[in-house]
Amino acid sequence: MITIDRLTKRFDRRAVLDELTLSIAAGDRIALIGSNGAGKTTLFRCLLGQYRHDGRVGFDGAGAGRRDAGALARIAFVPQLPPPLRMPVGELLGFAEKGAGADRALMQAIAERMGIDLDEVKKRPFYRLSGGQKQKILVTVALGRNADLMIFDEPSANLDPAARAVFIDLLAERRDASMLIASHRLEEVAPLVNRVIEMDRGRVVLDDAVMDRLKAGEFRRAEIVLSAPHAPFALALSGWGFEANGAGTRFTGPVPAAETFRFLGLLARYGSLIESLSLDQQPERVN
Amino acid sequence: MNAMTPEPVLREAPTSRRDPAVTPRTGLGLMLRLELSESLRSRWFHFYSFVAIGLMLLLITTGISESRVLGFTGLSRLLVTYIQIMMAVLPLFIVVTTARSMVGDREAGNLEYMLAFPVSLRTWYWGRFLARLMLVLSPIFAALALAAAYGAVMGHEVPWRHVGLYSGLVAALATCFLGIGFLISSVSRSTEVALGASLLIWLTLVAFLDLLLLSILIQQRFVPDFVIGIALANPLQSFRTASMILFDPQLILLGPASYVILDHFGVAGYVAWAMAYPTALGAALAGLGYWRFSRGDLV
Repeated sequence: MITIDRLTKRFDRRAVLDELTLSIAAGDRIALIGSNGAGKTTLFRCLLGQYRHDGRVGFDGAGAGRRDAGALARIAFVPQLPPPLRMPVGELLGFAEKGAGADRALMQAIAERMGIDLDEVKKRPFYRLSGGQKQKILVTVALGRNADLMIFDEPSANLDPAARAVFIDLLAERRDASMLIASHRLEEVAPLVNRVIEMDRGRVVLDDAVMDRLKAGEFRRAEIVLSAPHAPFALALSGWGFEANGAGTRFTGPVPAAETFRFLGLLARYGSLIESLSLDQQPERVN
Repeated sequence: MNAMTPEPVLREAPTSRRDPAVTPRTGLGLMLRLELSESLRSRWFHFYSFVAIGLMLLLITTGISESRVLGFTGLSRLLVTYIQIMMAVLPLFIVVTTARSMVGDREAGNLEYMLAFPVSLRTWYWGRFLARLMLVLSPIFAALALAAAYGAVMGHEVPWRHVGLYSGLVAALATCFLGIGFLISSVSRSTEVALGASLLIWLTLVAFLDLLLLSILIQQRFVPDFVIGIALANPLQSFRTASMILFDPQLILLGPASYVILDHFGVAGYVAWAMAYPTALGAALAGLGYWRFSRGDLV
């Protein structure tokens, strides 16, 4: 769907994107990771036609012009920081509906699930909303559009855990669109994606097709040893079907291959407690 | 999705009922409405409207229409006083508020979000320009209409020729300074730079009025062509001269330079120049701003 060929963007002679070459196929759901300054936001802005650049960005085989409104009609975007728009929320939704084809009923349904009452906030200026409310509205607008590609730049940064969980669910349900999600919480978006791309200093340093190796239906066997018993950790692992020894320090259980990232993300939260960890390399079927 | 639940629940989300064959796009009408409602909410517009209409009310209540200057009295006197004051207020308001608009939106992140919607840059830029032009003119036209209504009620003869002339001159001046403001906003990388540049340009143009540096140049017997060139090139001076020309057809207030102007243009020719030149200059500068805006980084 999108072909990026030797994309280079410089600021004051410093290359923020350095001959980056990448292709995004229809149906790709990509987690874009990388440290601050790796070039993720710059890549998004080049895709949206907001930066001049060297190299080529093509949409559906055609080398799109600098900024093609036809291509933008197929892309929904949620920025890292909500803009301080002065317009009331209702006007923003109306603009998205009339100018970008967003579906009013769909936005209403999404907002309800995100926990925000559009009728209550529709007359309030957007910039007066809390950070979380703003993010929910932006997600509502993006998901309310009939877009082929959704670009999310740290979309859940301002969301509370409950809203974040709903947001992830909404993304998982949206099977008809490709996604490009920049997130520092890889474990959170990992179940959604079939591809992980890591950027460093403007280049792709890892492009991993997750589903090729971590196929749905396959499992790994994990064994974890803690330095001391820890009730919250035991509770978290019980949800994954793990068994504990009598002392509550050794846990064994299956990890669905496709859920590996999310499982490792869970473990990362308890990293200081873990003495040893093994993941069986041989996939084993568990019934 | 709850972090404790290992199985992701993948449901089919309700999808848009929009016809996928129809490509949505933000048109000029929607862009105009967006910018109009955005500006109608802003404080600068409220203050500007208050000044533009309040000034007319002030002139009416102070009885300036009853006074006489160069034989002019009644509504003509009221209108010429109003328009001369607005010559100082209008450009400053326009250039300061416009110069910071796009660069401010860029700094705040509004452009990044709004330009991710399917709106062409041409529609975005010129939609904003037209909406602003309508907005800056509407309080002045309202004030002129108020003066005409007052004159009708008081039994004065309404000088429709003057009302028409002043409306045209104001529209030309507004277009000119909007063009300057849009150009500054397009090339500036920060609000501070945009504000500084807009004030500097306004001050320079004010300085080269016949009231200030231009009169000194005339007194010092500078080369007439140079003085006339400045007088013609300065849109503020064009406006001022054209607004004076109705009640001072010999341009006595402008001194000897007026001979050259009147010899070359005549009264009607100069009025046409005073309307066409600032409009063309504003459109050209706005066009230059668009060229710069569309070719550089947008955010």
